Amino acid sequence: MSADAPPTPAVQTTPTVAMIRTLGLVSAICGLIIVGAYQSTFDAVAANKRIATERAVFKVIPAAKSIAEFVALPTGGVQKVGAGDTAAGAVKFFAAYDEKGQLAGIAAEGAARGYADTVRIMFGYSPDCQCIVGLGVVSMRETPGIGDKILTDKEFLANFVKLDARLNADLSALAHEVKTVKHGTKTNPWQIDAIAGATITSRAVGKAINDAAQVLLPKVVPQLETLKAKS
Amino acid sequence: MTPTTTRGWDEFMEGIWRQNPVFVMVLGMCPTLAVTVSAENALSMGISTALVLIASCGLVSMMRDITPKEVRIAVYIVIIATFVTVVDYAIQAISLALYDALGAFIQLIVVNCIILGRAEAHAAKNPPLPAMINAAGMGAGFTIGLLALGVVREILGAGTLFGVSLFGAGFQPWVIMVLPPGGFFVLGSWLLLFAAVERRKQRKLAEQGEVGQNV
Repeated sequence: MSADAPPTPAVQTTPTVAMIRTLGLVSAICGLIIVGAYQSTFDAVAANKRIATERAVFKVIPAAKSIAEFVALPTGGVQKVGAGDTAAGAVKFFAAYDEKGQLAGIAAEGAARGYADTVRIMFGYSPDCQCIVGLGVVSMRETPGIGDKILTDKEFLANFVKLDARLNADLSALAHEVKTVKHGTKTNPWQIDAIAGATITSRAVGKAINDAAQVLLPKVVPQLETLKAKS
Repeated sequence: MTPTTTRGWDEFMEGIWRQNPVFVMVLGMCPTLAVTVSAENALSMGISTALVLIASCGLVSMMRDITPKEVRIAVYIVIIATFVTVVDYAIQAISLALYDALGAFIQLIVVNCIILGRAEAHAAKNPPLPAMINAAGMGAGFTIGLLALGVVREILGAGTLFGVSLFGAGFQPWVIMVLPPGGFFVLGSWLLLFAAVERRKQRKLAEQGEVGQNV
């Protein structure tokens, strides 16, 4: 500071107590409002989330009528969510049952990097045909009209009517990696025919399914009897 | 009409026309451009912002006599953030799909300059009722602005209005309209229209003034 700067005037005109009083009062009022809002919307939000999950699962497993949430433990074995503590590294998935209470399939989420952001998908696995039977999108920010065709393109969705996801002989991984191939070059039942012009998003779907299935299915398939029994 | 109702009406119309936050003041452009890809999103964003605006202006106005000016910004922000949180929970309770569509822009209402601007410029100096009426006008003006963008962008970019298909299956959507550049394009067109209307009005007023002088 230079020597000839004007002396700073005393600006403190409001007592500190008044400021603290007002801030304290505002915080108390606002705290009450927030807690009130949280409490009064809690049930509705939880119900909404459950309905959204159910809808997502029902979409990928056509025969499903009810669902149960499970985790696949890293050590092998499955556990119903809510029964005991969940171990670290456990993978969440949903078992879906048809109207007779029979196991209709398994749904799980997968994610992979798309064109604009991470594409999070949900796929349905049917133990009967050992294949993927449905695809849904949990969230994505892909280009409207191009990347988001993975939701609407009929040719693309036809890939997921019966996409081969058999496990290998010792049940340690998929027999064939699920892979997205260039549009029009699909030759095997475990390949996904990409959408022309939306290859990156199509590839993200393939990678998301493959990554999730490679981790989840080897753990879940040996436990299918437990899942059936728990319905 | 009693003078008080006239004043209240003027106060309300202020935000809708003369000081419209979107078309005249060009404030709050971040949500304006980002969420107006569909009419539904635009309407819900506008209503959410309006509710936060009205509630926080009311509370700011009630607290105006005991708010020292040194801590006023902190007080305003806490009040605004509170009502944003309330609206956030409310939208989650109403529809998760809508909540996902609006994304981070609900939380970003906290830093919407329209709200802080109203709190500082109007609510802090006026009693609760006029402050809330003014806020309601601003909120309605903002909603109209968002809706004007959302409707145009949805019709051109997706061929639908509030999710209802307008042109049938043969319509080829003008995809750029729902992408960010489309937002700027539509906003620019609206601003142009508003400026043109304003200018015509001014010219008419000037002509009338001349006629008046001649007579």
